[in-house]
Amino acid sequence: MVENKNIFEIRDFNIYYVDFKAVSNITLDIEAYRITAIIGPSGCGKSTLLRSLNRMNDLITTSRVEGKVFFKGIDIYHRDTDVIELRKRVGMVFQKPNPFPSSVYENVAYGPRIRGINKKSLLDEIVENALIRADLWKEVKDKVHESGMSLSGGQMQRLCIARSLAQEPEVLLFDEPTSALDPISTANIENLLQELQKTITIVIVTHNMQQAARISNYTAFMYLGELIEFGDTDTIFVNPHHKLTEEYITGRFG
Amino acid sequence: MRNKEKNSETSDLMRKKKFNLKEGFFLSLIRTLGFTGAVILFIILFFVAYNGIHILSWEFITQPPVDAMTKGGIFPVIVGTILLTALCMIIVVPIGVITAIFLAEYSKPGVLLKTVMMSIYTLAGVPSVVFGLFGLAVFVVAFNFGMSLLAGSLTLAVMILPYIISTSEEAIKTVPYSFKEASFACGATKWQTIRKVVLPTAMPGILTGGILGTAKVSGETAPIMFTAAAFFTPGVPRSLFEPLMALPYHIYVLATSGTHIEETRPIQYGTALTLIVLVLGMNLLGIILRSRQRKKKAW
Ligand SMILES: Nc1ncnc2c1ncn2[C@@H]1O[C@H](COP(=O)(O)OP(=O)(O)O)[C@@H](O)[C@H]1O
Ligand SMILES: [Mg+2]
Repeated sequence: MVENKNIFEIRDFNIYYVDFKAVSNITLDIEAYRITAIIGPSGCGKSTLLRSLNRMNDLITTSRVEGKVFFKGIDIYHRDTDVIELRKRVGMVFQKPNPFPSSVYENVAYGPRIRGINKKSLLDEIVENALIRADLWKEVKDKVHESGMSLSGGQMQRLCIARSLAQEPEVLLFDEPTSALDPISTANIENLLQELQKTITIVIVTHNMQQAARISNYTAFMYLGELIEFGDTDTIFVNPHHKLTEEYITGRFG
Repeated sequence: MRNKEKNSETSDLMRKKKFNLKEGFFLSLIRTLGFTGAVILFIILFFVAYNGIHILSWEFITQPPVDAMTKGGIFPVIVGTILLTALCMIIVVPIGVITAIFLAEYSKPGVLLKTVMMSIYTLAGVPSVVFGLFGLAVFVVAFNFGMSLLAGSLTLAVMILPYIISTSEEAIKTVPYSFKEASFACGATKWQTIRKVVLPTAMPGILTGGILGTAKVSGETAPIMFTAAAFFTPGVPRSLFEPLMALPYHIYVLATSGTHIEETRPIQYGTALTLIVLVLGMNLLGIILRSRQRKKKAW
């Protein structure tokens, strides 16, 4: 097998909610250690596609997929695929910060704990590392035992990122992670993503085109469930091939 | 857009004005009824307290009854009620919570679920004396537990089960979906998610339901009169298979079947007051817990 720089390969992929086709015939590669942005108007299927990458869409009982998604060459919808292991390796951060109603420490230790890591010194180390990587350690190191919900919105979102990072994921999926945050918190998270990109692969759904332009290497533009255009972020924003893409990025709809 | 909003606002205002009279009438009706309820509760409390307070003393709650229950205290009666209720809760809360987890997290909507829910609601509406007879037939006779702490607790448990199930289910259902989603995204299984996220988050609500259930159970007479409560026992039960005295039944016994009904009036009221204080105290605790949770809830 040739050395493969694509961590995800999505092939002829469809996602249905009952009979409604929310994602239609998508073929797309996600390159490792890059930031790939998915943009498009509301309801075009961005979240649906993103959630299919770590099978979070399994939770929605009405959803059903056709086609294939390969993660490092493994067909993740094959019936022998371990979903739990997949979600450990492909983490997810949501639109609204959703820390558990427990301490900062317990939030970050959640993943390791459910994998049976109970040794305090080891957990301490994992928690500290994850918080450092999420650029939150400096702010919370004196209050790791206080409630995660007492933090500010931006801090909560970084706590959620730390919670994912504690699992040492290879990919992190972000679904509009800054849409509930103020501009300063947003800038912090954007910087953090660029820092994280050195060690993990990032796929981010965003409503904010400037954000996609600022931080991503590749951009996928979706419209009505279809992938209209995919390429270098620079190309997409400066010289889009498709008329719809151009109309969207110039703000004529969406 | 803005114009439209404004329009609907003004028309809302006008509608309010139009119906003001009717609304005012119902509002005052509701107020009056609510007030009446409060007054009735107050009168009952006052009546019992007035008649019972002078007998309440340290001796009354720490000494056993003497002289054919015409003198002495009600210590074993209080202990009996506490044992009965505590054992009932130990039995019913786990079963209720497990059922609630099943209903809230695992069951799929359909005929089976509807039947289960219907049965639960129906069970909640069955008069408590029916549970007493059920307990007599099943626990006392069929299981051969006799009139006992165990049989009484089991009977009370069956009676309060629907309440515990529905309060627990309620508590479980208020756990935000985003918590579960976060847990699954961390690679947790469904059971891990329930155990580590759903249950801890729902626990205050579950406990509140338990406390309010305890308050309900501790005042019940009918379910225990055929299954656990004795006219008189020399002390507290020393095993699960001994009968016991309990507050509500003790009042009933003293007020109806004794040979000294008039003579024991103060003891009857004292016992009633003790029971009311116990029940109201637990209710109050439950209500305080519940309102504190509501305030604390950040999600
Ligand atoms: N749970 C669901 N059940 C049914 N339809 C859904 C569900 N979630 C999303 N959809 C539909 O699928 C389409 C894509 O939704 P989504 O992926 O959330 O879009 P986006 O994230 O781009 O705004 C929308 O038309 C939406 O209404
Ligand atoms: Mg979305």
